[in-house]
Amino acid sequence: MEVTVKQATKDIRKTLNVNPLESEAIYIFREVVAQFERPVLLFSGGKDSITLVRLAQKAFFPAKIPFPLLHIDTGHNFPETIAFRDKLVKELGLTLIVRNVQDSIDAGKVVEETGKYASRNMLQTTTLLDALEEFKFDAAIGGARRDEEKARAKERIFSVRDDFGQWDEKNQRPELFDYLNGNIDHGQNVRVFPISNWTELDVWSYINKEQIEIPSIYFAHKRKTFLRDGMLWSAQDDVVFRAEDEEVVERTVRFRTVGDMSCTAAVLSEADTLEKVVGEIRESTISERGARIDDKRSEAAMEKRKQQGYF
Amino acid sequence: MEVLKIATAGSVDDGKSTLIGRLLYDTQSLTTDKIEAIEAKSKANGFDYLDFSLATDGLVAEREQGITIDVAHIYFSTKKKSYIIADTPGHVEYTRNMVTGASTSQASIILVDARKGVVEQTYRHFFINDLLRVKEVVVAINKMDLVNYSEEAFSTIVADFKALAAKQNFTDQKITFIPISALKGDNVVTSSQEMSWYDGNTMLEHLENINPSIAVATGVRFPVQTVIRPKQDEYHDFRGYAGKVVGGSLSVGDTITVLPSGKTSTVKDILFYDQSFEKAGPGSSCTITLETEINVSRGDVLVKEKEAPQLTKQFQATVCWMDTNALTPGTNYMIQQGTSQILAKVKEITSLIHTDFSGTEPTQQLELNEIGNVAIQLSKPLLLDSFTQNKNTGSFILIDQQTNATAGVGFIK
Repeated sequence: MEVTVKQATKDIRKTLNVNPLESEAIYIFREVVAQFERPVLLFSGGKDSITLVRLAQKAFFPAKIPFPLLHIDTGHNFPETIAFRDKLVKELGLTLIVRNVQDSIDAGKVVEETGKYASRNMLQTTTLLDALEEFKFDAAIGGARRDEEKARAKERIFSVRDDFGQWDEKNQRPELFDYLNGNIDHGQNVRVFPISNWTELDVWSYINKEQIEIPSIYFAHKRKTFLRDGMLWSAQDDVVFRAEDEEVVERTVRFRTVGDMSCTAAVLSEADTLEKVVGEIRESTISERGARIDDKRSEAAMEKRKQQGYF
Repeated sequence: MEVLKIATAGSVDDGKSTLIGRLLYDTQSLTTDKIEAIEAKSKANGFDYLDFSLATDGLVAEREQGITIDVAHIYFSTKKKSYIIADTPGHVEYTRNMVTGASTSQASIILVDARKGVVEQTYRHFFINDLLRVKEVVVAINKMDLVNYSEEAFSTIVADFKALAAKQNFTDQKITFIPISALKGDNVVTSSQEMSWYDGNTMLEHLENINPSIAVATGVRFPVQTVIRPKQDEYHDFRGYAGKVVGGSLSVGDTITVLPSGKTSTVKDILFYDQSFEKAGPGSSCTITLETEINVSRGDVLVKEKEAPQLTKQFQATVCWMDTNALTPGTNYMIQQGTSQILAKVKEITSLIHTDFSGTEPTQQLELNEIGNVAIQLSKPLLLDSFTQNKNTGSFILIDQQTNATAGVGFIK
């Protein structure tokens, strides 16, 4: 009897109906490779760029991902993220390029911020633009999502930047139907956002469904932290400025967003599995970028950074 | 989960951003930090109520002027669906944004101010929904609180709109009228206590019932995006065609024709990542292999042999112009249909179409935000798929070869 059942299963006509967001992202990746000569994937080690790597694998399978990864290292990354990055690159046989913000500082191109809220987040832009120029990359793929922030809500999927990396938000190309116009002049480049239409919950649900491995700091763990402005900061690695009266306490926390340590706050959480993380995001009443101090500088913080060439 | 894309259209001050803010607020989609920011800003601006438009107007210039300039995308979800709203500005000069928003949407919300009724802008918004064949149109008659929630005011606007709708070309459109107050929350997510005379659905109830599945088209099209050749020992002879299935389904064993070459072959395998499938449904990105080795590259379209459209080097189209440089006869543009780019010459602009349904008039050129009938000549053949039959390959964009801008969008007749 068992043999019959097995044969019957084999004869069932399986229909492929790809989830619309996944299908759209794969379509975008393929347009990038078809339309540009030197694309690169901007990889931060965060969940969004890890999701991009999986989508790129799917887009080109059985071929390998046909472009390198570029990591702009602020020097203030979580050690867990760097270890994860190196492991992923090795396992998938990818090419990784790393450029350091420290080098831009040493070369006198940017000046380190000082004070209580000092962060290297803004400084990344110069290093990024230099790297794009150095390798003559014409398309830089990133994991930014429109739901993250209201200036990003206005962003195109193919976003043209001039020679200075600037975003001209009032003069963007219309994107109609599926059409992605990647025609550019020499010296220009395009920022590409394959998961533009995903929400934070979409990303986490996808990571859970696909069982994608992510750095441990996304899960609940014990960490030495201190409280400032209602947010929890890591006191573990001496990167974040801490005043003497800011008391260090060990708490069970996780990170919702993983950027430069100096601008990424932790949240109290007991979610130690993907399923629990998805449940937590579903119930959450604070936005993802609510834990990013760089966006709290002013209402137009992101728009200003984007105009200057930030991701 | 189902994803429903919605475009919104309304004139300045019709309360479009307020409606979106209300939808977000009443579905608990706004997080506390965002609500706090809106509260603080509303208070600082001296408003008596929460200004939800602050949730959506993303650019500094927009907040300063209190208007929406560019299409913004807003996301929220219920247990049933994920929603993506393309919030498009209502100014006359921003027709291109409305066309853009409607091109990717399965549903559209047109706002009408209950005090002003159907105005010229309403005609234009409806015209674009008609032109782009948006299946579901919701006419939200807003600011009902300012007309004392009067049924008569609502009925008059419904009658006026129906007179307008009689002029449409796309007769399969479903139009639904809902009286709302976005500011007060009536009939947006929760039923109004003020309008007992209205027994229809709230806005959200209505949206929840819309089936976003793509309308049936006349034939499957598979525009090839790129050719996948791994060049690894394991897959030495592998040659897969990467693309997205549109307009129907494609199955293993189907006899296909490659256009424009006209060569035929049979679908050998349908791959998605490391799995094989018997059939791929519409909207699915996948990789297809063929039984025989024939020349296929980016720009080619695989179609079922029996559903192959005609090829042509001359055709008529309706074009919506989106560039500051006007479209004039004799100019060359690059036309993109599917993944194919073809050099094209605009032979003639036969007429300018009035977007208030009042007909056409002769013209020499199409300016930014104008829509007209155009005759186009091509250097290589294109698939003659009419937009009424196939939304994907029935549309194309015109790319300015000097500026690289997406200068216009066309709909094949």
